[in-house]
Amino acid sequence: MSKRLKSPEVHAGSMADIAFLLLIFFLVTTTIETDSGLDRMLPKKNPDPPKPFNERNVLRIAINGENQLLLEDNPIGIEDIKSKAIAFLDNGGDAKSCNYCKGANDPTSSDNPLEAIISLSNTRETSYGTYITVQNELVGAYNELRNRESQRLYKVSFTDMHAHYLDANTPTETKNALREKVKTIQKMYPLNLLEAKIK
Amino acid sequence: MSKFNNKKSGDMPPVSTASLPDIVFMLLFFFMTVTVMKSDDLRIENVLPNASEVKKLEKKDRIVYIHIGQPRKEYQEVFGTASRIQVNDKFIAVAEVGSYVLSAIGEKPEALQRLVTIALKVDKNANMGLIDDVKEELRKVNALKINYTTYEGDVFANLK
Repeated sequence: MSKRLKSPEVHAGSMADIAFLLLIFFLVTTTIETDSGLDRMLPKKNPDPPKPFNERNVLRIAINGENQLLLEDNPIGIEDIKSKAIAFLDNGGDAKSCNYCKGANDPTSSDNPLEAIISLSNTRETSYGTYITVQNELVGAYNELRNRESQRLYKVSFTDMHAHYLDANTPTETKNALREKVKTIQKMYPLNLLEAKIK
Repeated sequence: MSKFNNKKSGDMPPVSTASLPDIVFMLLFFFMTVTVMKSDDLRIENVLPNASEVKKLEKKDRIVYIHIGQPRKEYQEVFGTASRIQVNDKFIAVAEVGSYVLSAIGEKPEALQRLVTIALKVDKNANMGLIDDVKEELRKVNALKINYTTYEGDVFANLK
């Protein structure tokens, strides 16, 4: 009688095996993915009437249906877009308003980075891959200039600083300190990248 | 002296494996919690282009996804080969994008509604025409923060 009251011990030796099996299942199915991409702001639907701009302050880039590029009506290779954009943005044509520009001071190109606008237009047949490549090169041009100024002023690269600023794990005090710096650099080279056509 | 010498010397004690299940369970729980089962199965080709100047999309709670691409082989008989817009589990027309985005934003907590980003996951062979239409729809509903989701890599590989 007393023997039946005592319940037999559960054999736990195989628990580890079962847990291992589950572990391997979850290991295989897990993808720890964080998406990344190019952030962009679309223009508002009913924008304020545009500020008057000078033709020399606009760099027009067009992509046609065969994925060929035109820069101000001249054909151009996609590899040259970045250097051309940098030369345009960093030109400092009016020689006084941009004391940090290191460009050629060409009077027929942009006055200063604050007014320089890059306009990117495409046809309906343009492939998305090409479009993203051009977008990426233009963002690259801005980043290169911003990095240069950031290195000069704060001895860090702008992209690192910005990523650190956006990182959710950065403490608030550091963020507030970084905000000023990020804003300063962004003001020096504002991202004037138009997606829409301008007439 | 013998007090110290009576320990057995020579043969090593066996390593105790009693804590092994605990360690395995710990790992198991970790992976169970971080695993996200894919919620929507894509009916379109979705090979994203590469880009190098990318920023991470960190907070997933404020992102609305829109997938665009050509229908997969097995769906082409029904849906044709022209690029389609897929959200959640269904194809939608261009005109429906605005209302979908608004309702998706409406489902988010109120504090996040202003911060919502629209992530465009577009196949690299898609044409810009459809994407321009989608951007126009997004402008109509004032969802202006977008992100062209890409892989990190060499951009010139997009052209091949």
